[in-house]
Amino acid sequence: MEQHDTQHKEHKNTGYGIYILVWLGLVSLTLITVSLAGFNLAGLTVVTALLIASVKSTMVINYFMHIKYESVLFKVFIAICIIIFLVMIILTFFDLTYRPEILTK
Amino acid sequence: MEATINNENFYQYKGKHKGILGWLLTTDHKRIGIMYLAAMITFFVVAMFIGFFMRLELLTPGQTLMKPEVYNALFTLHGVIMIFLFIVPGLPAVFGNFFLPIMIGAKDVSFPRLNLLSWYLYMAGAILAVVSLFTGGGLPDTGWTFYVPYSIRSTSNVSTALFAAFILGFSSIVTGLNFIVTIHRLRCKGMTWFKMPLFVWGLYSTAWIQILATPVVGITLLLVIFERFFGIGVFDPALGGDPILFQHLFWIYSHPAVYIMILPAMGLVSEIIPTFAKKTIFGYGPIAMSSLAIAFVGYLVWGHHMFTSGISDTSRAIFSLLTFIVAIPSGIKIFNWIATLYKGSIEVRTPLIFVMVFIFVFSIGGLTGLVLGSLNTDIHVTDTYYVVAHFHYVMFGGMGTLFFGGLHYWFPKMFGKMFNEKVANFSVVLFMIGFNILYFPMFIMGYLGMPRRYYDFLPEFQIYHQISTIGSWVLVTAILIMIINLIVALKNGKKAGSDPWGGTTLEWTIPSPPPLENFDIEPEVTKGPYDRV
Repeated sequence: MEQHDTQHKEHKNTGYGIYILVWLGLVSLTLITVSLAGFNLAGLTVVTALLIASVKSTMVINYFMHIKYESVLFKVFIAICIIIFLVMIILTFFDLTYRPEILTK
Repeated sequence: MEATINNENFYQYKGKHKGILGWLLTTDHKRIGIMYLAAMITFFVVAMFIGFFMRLELLTPGQTLMKPEVYNALFTLHGVIMIFLFIVPGLPAVFGNFFLPIMIGAKDVSFPRLNLLSWYLYMAGAILAVVSLFTGGGLPDTGWTFYVPYSIRSTSNVSTALFAAFILGFSSIVTGLNFIVTIHRLRCKGMTWFKMPLFVWGLYSTAWIQILATPVVGITLLLVIFERFFGIGVFDPALGGDPILFQHLFWIYSHPAVYIMILPAMGLVSEIIPTFAKKTIFGYGPIAMSSLAIAFVGYLVWGHHMFTSGISDTSRAIFSLLTFIVAIPSGIKIFNWIATLYKGSIEVRTPLIFVMVFIFVFSIGGLTGLVLGSLNTDIHVTDTYYVVAHFHYVMFGGMGTLFFGGLHYWFPKMFGKMFNEKVANFSVVLFMIGFNILYFPMFIMGYLGMPRRYYDFLPEFQIYHQISTIGSWVLVTAILIMIINLIVALKNGKKAGSDPWGGTTLEWTIPSPPPLENFDIEPEVTKGPYDRV
C-alpha cells in the first residue's frame, strides 16, 4: 500500500525521565486543585478547576498517549473530537443558561 | 496472492470452515456484507408488515383490528426495528462492508475480525430487541425515542429494549472505526483522497458521526436504565432530574444519525448518476466536501426536535437558524447531480430510476423539513402527522429508496446475476405511486391537526387515513414484487459480466462475483474515479 503521510512513524525514544516529570507535574496539579477547593473563588471556582484539568489532560494526551510524537493527522483527529465536544456542551448550556428566563414568565 | 485461489469467487472459496460455519466465522468483508443484507431484509420486511397492520387499524375510527395497547407497542416496534436495525446501519453495513475495500483497491477492511464482531453485536442487539417483546412487563410502548419521564415510569419491558439499542450502538461504533482506519491506511497506489469514489467519501463522513455521536446516546440509554432500576435522579423530575436533558442527549445523537442514514445514500447517488449519464461527475470536490460539511453541521441542529419541549427562547432561535445551514451543502449536492445529468448520454436503467425517485421524494422531504426547522411554523405542526410524513419522505424516501436502488445497482456484482429489468422498473414506478399515496395525505391531515401516535381519530380525518391505507397496500405490493424479482434472479438470472452498467470505479474492473481477496494484483489508480478516457 502507498506510503501516505498518515503512515505510522517511529516514536522518539523519550526515556523514563520525561514520564516521571510529567507524573510529578500531574500530582502537583492535583494537589493545587485540592488546595484551591479550600478557597472561596466564587464564580471562578469551576473555571479554575477546568483550566487545571485541561492542562493535566493535555499532558496525558501529549506524553502518555504519545500524541506529541505522532503525525499531524492524529492531532487533527483529536482537535475534531474536542471541537465537537465543545459544540455539544456550548449549545446545551445555551438552553440551560437561558431557561430561567422562560420559567419566570 | 495465489492465482489458484482467485480463480474462484468468494462464494466458492473453501476455507478452514465449511457450510454455515464458513459464513458465521468468516472475516471476509463481502460475506459479512451479505450476512448483514440477509438480516436487514428480514427485519425490514417484518417492520414493513407491522406498519401495514398499523395502517389497517387506522382504516376506520375506533377499534378495527387491535387494542390501543397493541397499537402503541406496534408503533414502537416499527420505529425501533426500522431505525436501529435497518435505516441507521443499512447502507454502511451492507454496501459499505461489501464495496468499501474494493472501491479503494484493498483486500479487506483494516480489522476483519472486528468487522465480524460488529455483525455479532448487531445480531445480539436485534435478538435482545425481540426478547424484550416476550419477556418482562410486555411490549415496550414508549415510541422509538424513549422519552423520559414516561420511559422511566412505564411498566412495559423498556429496559431490555434500551439495552438492545445500546448494543446496536456498539456495533455502529466498531464499524465506523473500522471504516475510518481502512480509508486512511489501505488505499491502493494512486488512490489519493480526491480520487476516491464519492460513495467512499459518504462512508467516511458517516463513520465520523458513528464514532463521535453514538457514544452520547449509548450512555444516555444506560442512564435511563439506571434511572429505572436505582432512581438516580438524572432525568426524573420527581427526583430533581431534568427530562429535557434527556432530549438534548438523545437528539445530539439522533439528529446526526439522520446523516448516518443519508450520507452514504447521497454517496450512492453520486455513483449511479455518472454511470448512467456516461460522463464524469460534475463538481467532484464540492460534493465530497459537502459530505463533510453535512456531517459537521449535523451536530449543530439537534435542538430543532425540541422547539416545544420547554427549551429556552434563545436556544430555540439559535437552533432554528443553524438548521437552515444544512440546506446549503444538501443543495450543492442536488445541483451538482443535475449538472452531471445535463448533456449526458443518459441511459435509463433501473438504478437510475431509483435515483430519480429519490431526488423527487427527498426534495419534498427536504423542503417540508424547512417548515419544521422554522420556529413559528414548527409549533403548529409539532407532533402531528405532518412530522410523520416528513420523516418518512426523508428517511424511507431517502435512505430506503436508495437501499433498494443500491441493491439493484450492485446486485450483478454481488451475486453475478442479472435481474429482470422490466419487472424491476415496474416495481419502482409502483413503489413511487404507493409511496406518495401512503405518505402525502399525512401532510394534509397533520396540517389540519391530526396528532401522531394516536390509535383513534375524529371522523373528519377518515378520508385521509383511508387514502393513506390504500397507499400502503400499493407500496407493500411494489416492495414484495421487487424482492421476489431479485430472489428469482438469484436462482434463474442471466450471468452478469464484470461491468454490466458501464461503471468506471474499481469494483467494475473485477469479476462478478468478486474473488476472495478482490484483486489478483494490487491495482494502481491513475485517473479520477469517473473519468472515461
